[in-house]
Amino acid sequence: MLKDITIGQYVPGISFIHRLDPRTKIVAVFLYMAALFASGDSTGYLVVTVFTISMVFLSKVPWLMIIKGIRPLWIILVLTMGLHLFLTQGDIIWQMGFVKITQQGLRQGVFMTLRLVYLVTITSLLTLTTTPIALTDGIESVLKALFVPVAHELAMMMTIALRFIPTLIEETEKIMKAQMARGADFDSGGIVSRAKSLIPLLVPLFLSSFRRADELAMAMEARCYRGGENRTRMKQLQMTGLDYMAFIIVFVLLIVCIIIRFWM
Amino acid sequence: MVRKVIEIKNLIHRYNSSQDGIVIEALKGVDLHVAKGEFLAVIGHNGSGKSTLAKHLNALLLPHEGSVTINGLDTRKKEDTWAIRQQVGMVFQNPDNQLVAATVEEDTAFGPENLGIEPVEIRRLVDDSLERVGLSSFHKRAPHLLSGGQKQRVAIAGIIAMRPNVLVLDEPTAMLDPTGRKEVMATVSALNKEEGLTVVHITHFMEEAVFADRVVVMSEGLIAMEGTPREIFSRVEEIKRLRLDVPQIAELNGCLAKEGLLLPPGILTLEEMVVALCQ
Ligand SMILES: Nc1ncnc2c1ncn2[C@@H]1O[C@H](COP(=O)(O)OP(=O)(O)O)[C@@H](O)[C@H]1O
Ligand SMILES: [Mg+2]
Repeated sequence: MLKDITIGQYVPGISFIHRLDPRTKIVAVFLYMAALFASGDSTGYLVVTVFTISMVFLSKVPWLMIIKGIRPLWIILVLTMGLHLFLTQGDIIWQMGFVKITQQGLRQGVFMTLRLVYLVTITSLLTLTTTPIALTDGIESVLKALFVPVAHELAMMMTIALRFIPTLIEETEKIMKAQMARGADFDSGGIVSRAKSLIPLLVPLFLSSFRRADELAMAMEARCYRGGENRTRMKQLQMTGLDYMAFIIVFVLLIVCIIIRFWM
Repeated sequence: MVRKVIEIKNLIHRYNSSQDGIVIEALKGVDLHVAKGEFLAVIGHNGSGKSTLAKHLNALLLPHEGSVTINGLDTRKKEDTWAIRQQVGMVFQNPDNQLVAATVEEDTAFGPENLGIEPVEIRRLVDDSLERVGLSSFHKRAPHLLSGGQKQRVAIAGIIAMRPNVLVLDEPTAMLDPTGRKEVMATVSALNKEEGLTVVHITHFMEEAVFADRVVVMSEGLIAMEGTPREIFSRVEEIKRLRLDVPQIAELNGCLAKEGLLLPPGILTLEEMVVALCQ
């Protein structure tokens, strides 16, 4: 049951997008977001839509994976659509009692909803085509380039989380089985009794996590860890021609979107 | 004269329990020398101060009285702390709580990365270390998918990649099954015998102490006995008084002696016993 949880749900592949440097992909996602927010009319959205769909095709990631990423957001999407649809003032195209839909509302609703869907699509594409380790390295060096002071600490936290999540999941299952053997019941009853049944699970899990953190800190110190200063990395990220090409493509997208927005 | 890698003089360590204000004297004046290339086993019942002693060897704890010197470096000197930790590698008991990274090779690289070594050189050290512990083919594997024995070997690889002079292992086999225990012991033995790495092996499995050049028995924060495995394990009664077990064969020898069958003392392995009995 818990084993099915995957972190970073990476889909292995050798596509153009898979082979890009993680830093390229992270920066590209931000440029793409800028392009998305610059777009405000149907021409702009057409360009972004074509771009987004091409990227998913290029990555060869199954559409189902993308849709799975969007599905949990359906409430937010419906809400966004509804609020814009019914609350925007303007030329009325449909009315029943005090409920009315305006032309501007329809437009806004569709645009905002698409914006959200595309945002999720492109960030899913980033995590689906990048291994969690590469992603961590990428985030670290992008943050360092931006002079974020805790870049190394954040990256180290992510690394340790990646290392320990499977171990903690294993441990949770073990404790669950042990408590179930003593008659604990995690699956029935109302919300309150279910929440209560989690206490005998969470308490030992927390205690053991603190012990782990203690021991890990000592082991790290014993291995000469003293923060990010003077630390080197075995794996060096390497930009290739592909990365420069990717940068050019995303820059062109951004510029096209800006031109459409302000000069057409 | 043999070169001393570790010199401990009258080491005293106290723990202050914060809740009840009681002071526990965990080490009460330990004197110990370890020679270069030596395989030293430290045994002793729970709470006898073994882990405390181990943590003094790479400046994770500092002496309250007395001194610990590693290759001439005093652990109390702040500026030598990192040099000492590079020279003395530590492997801990719980294999799950000492691996840092999400793949075997990244974890092995952790120590060298902390030392600021060049990337190309780290790559070489990592490949070499994984080869020496026999885990080359597992380099991309996630630690949680390894057996306990393999995890401990990854931990050892992570240490030897830092090119230490001494390997300290604090009950590295306590949480392993018999197969894992054998794997780890074989790896440690090979590093000691073939590469001359100095080893301090803390254990409560007497069978593992048999491999050592010298055995130190700790009790109540002091060294109670010291000698070769043969000497130590022929003193069956004394060992039992210190609440420890004797390796089975040594115990058998003791029983036979009581019954009047006097074999040479210090028989430790099954083969030696068979040979002695057949004579
Ligand atoms: N962090 C600590 N705080 C207080 N007392 C401790 C601490 N660690 C160990 N001790 C005490 O010091 C003594 C020696 O412990 P330790 O060195 O862990 O022994 P061993 O490893 O031989 O089992 C024990 O009595 C133990 O309770
Ligand atoms: Mg201990």
